[in-house]
Amino acid sequence: MSATVVIGDTHQEEMLINMGPQHPSTHGVLRLVLRMRGEVIEESRFVIGYLHRNHEKISEQKGWIRALPLTDRVDYLSPITCEWAMALAAERLAGVEVPERAEWLRVIAAELYRIASHLVFAGTFGTDLGATTLFLYCFREREPILDIFEKLTGQRMTCHYVRIGGVGWDLPPGLDDGIRRVLAVIESRLPEYDDLFTNNRILRARVEGVGPVAADKARAFGASGPVARASGVDFDLRRDDPYGVYDRFDFDVPVGQQGDCLDRFTVRLEEIRQSARIVRQALDGLPAGDVRTKLSARFRTPEGVAYGAVEGARGEIGYYAVGDGSEAPYRLKIRSPSFSNLALIEDTLVGWKIADVVAILGSVDIVLGDVDR
Amino acid sequence: MDERGWLEALVGSWMKPVYDVAPWVAYLVPVVWILAIVAASALLLVWLERKISADIQSRIGPVHHGPWGLFQTVFDALKLLVKEDIVPRAADKIVFCVAPFIALVPAVLLYCVIPFGKGWIAADLNVGLFYLLATGSLGVIGVILAGWASNNKWSLLGGMRAAVQLITYEIPGFLSVVAIIMIAGTLSMTEIVRSQAGGSWHLWPVSAPFLKWNCFTIPGFLAAALYLVAALAEVNRNPFDLPEAESELVSGFNTEYSGFRWAVFFLAEFSNTALVAGIATTLFFGGWSSPLVSQGTGVFTVLGDGVLWYIIKVSVLVYCMMWIKWTLPRVRIDQMLQVAWKGLIPLSLANMAIAAVHVALVGVTR
Repeated sequence: MSATVVIGDTHQEEMLINMGPQHPSTHGVLRLVLRMRGEVIEESRFVIGYLHRNHEKISEQKGWIRALPLTDRVDYLSPITCEWAMALAAERLAGVEVPERAEWLRVIAAELYRIASHLVFAGTFGTDLGATTLFLYCFREREPILDIFEKLTGQRMTCHYVRIGGVGWDLPPGLDDGIRRVLAVIESRLPEYDDLFTNNRILRARVEGVGPVAADKARAFGASGPVARASGVDFDLRRDDPYGVYDRFDFDVPVGQQGDCLDRFTVRLEEIRQSARIVRQALDGLPAGDVRTKLSARFRTPEGVAYGAVEGARGEIGYYAVGDGSEAPYRLKIRSPSFSNLALIEDTLVGWKIADVVAILGSVDIVLGDVDR
Repeated sequence: MDERGWLEALVGSWMKPVYDVAPWVAYLVPVVWILAIVAASALLLVWLERKISADIQSRIGPVHHGPWGLFQTVFDALKLLVKEDIVPRAADKIVFCVAPFIALVPAVLLYCVIPFGKGWIAADLNVGLFYLLATGSLGVIGVILAGWASNNKWSLLGGMRAAVQLITYEIPGFLSVVAIIMIAGTLSMTEIVRSQAGGSWHLWPVSAPFLKWNCFTIPGFLAAALYLVAALAEVNRNPFDLPEAESELVSGFNTEYSGFRWAVFFLAEFSNTALVAGIATTLFFGGWSSPLVSQGTGVFTVLGDGVLWYIIKVSVLVYCMMWIKWTLPRVRIDQMLQVAWKGLIPLSLANMAIAAVHVALVGVTR
């Protein structure tokens, strides 16, 4: 791919540098074209599309049921919410009832994977700042969560757990105790992260006040999720537009003030605690019953439009579907949170140093599969 | 000098026939010995680094080759030796090829004046410390040349950072050492160690000869703290690993290097790590002198002054450096400069004044 990048003239003492698509800290195949004066960024352009896999068009051809597993690959660090968003769009379009127990299991799975995703964020953010040990600690904590998903769905990452009209499998016997144990371990180790990282003077100097984004700007760019909340946009779909059974849970939505890298980090650490709270409540109140509405193998959606949006680990994951009475959506549009969040920081980078670029990019926590779809 | 006895003894015994024919052979002994130390310490340190980082990060580290994976680095070194020697087409070929060796040579040369034990010194110069500081500043040239000659923008940025960082941190490094020169009243490395031996405080059955170590004087303690921080920066270790900052500059100045030439950079880096720990041991922590008894008897002979204590002290310091590396995040370039210019350099200048007062009150220890 040879994208022509329009960038201002490079004068003497300035350097045009390609950061990525193969660079350790672009979190995938993102290409940053940077005009730099020494180490300071004068202009930045993002080039995306290196991981474009045409999920929308493929879904329109494969049909609802066979396209659903593909959504795991859109945001591969938080697959449950992607599945949920697509299933939600199909259910709203076709008017499918979801059993009560399935809704609760969806909450448990989604919140557990949110914790896993935020742990990956915290770890990679640490690596970006040179603290490689935090990465290993976070992955140590993430591992038992993936083990839970292996027991629950047979897969560690691309789970394909949420189905149209329910979930794939019921909770295996004994797993609820396992989940509680894992949550207890993770929560007991979060203070260690604070000691090692959040309250570390070097880290504070590196991230405090770096790359601030104002709330108005975050709203204007359609940013969502922890990135928007760190800037002070108090918006969370789970609370403000409750889908599923989220209105029955008691949880807080952490909001930052500065919108700097530190806020984006601490907001996510707090979300880990809140997600653990939700999972515990869900395990306590898990109702009995069926986990899946039996659907025809040739599941069809009627003519009409529907939008299913859920709060993913990175923000609002929305699937806009147009049905035409066939087994496939006539048109499927994926609204991915990473795309909007990435656009938000393109001009935020100007004036910061190359080390800050890595910090700011890491703090936004993009998944390139989600950006490019 | 009686402490050169080991070389003469060696030459006088089984090497006598050789020495009579070709006296220069005697000078090969320290050369071989130093090269062996550099290579062995680098191999051992890489293994240690992996094991220690694994321990800190709740991993296991290498386990497959040899006991506790001890031979892993040997195989790694062999792999690097047989790899293709890649020189980028656009690189400045001669400079690119020579740069790693320019970085390595000072690291090897510096070992000449490090006293490992009583008499275990290749060249006991009376200006040993001066030689150390002068030769030590040459290594940065190799790094800058590598960054420039690679013709890669990341390498260039890494080379620029290396130039800024290494030159900046040499100043507090030098100035903190000056305090020790004032206290000890000599530039000779052996004299500095000997001036720290034989502390007076004795509490039967334990004696405490370590109380005369320079780190137990006020200016000596400050100098040790300043020197160790500056040393972290001079050997490119976290939190000051900016020249190769992997998450920012891909691999910094050695981005384009692979195989043997990359291994030479690696060798230089690790022998420098052992070296700054050795310098700190010599200047601040009593060198080879024992903290327990200066002259052991019977089975306790090994606990007396000797190479063992040098190795133990260096190991402790190296462990601390690795511990810091695997714990802290990296600083930004402007913060790195602030630490030096606003913190370390004024403090080390103040420490020189403290050392002057100390010398006026206590006198030179030599």
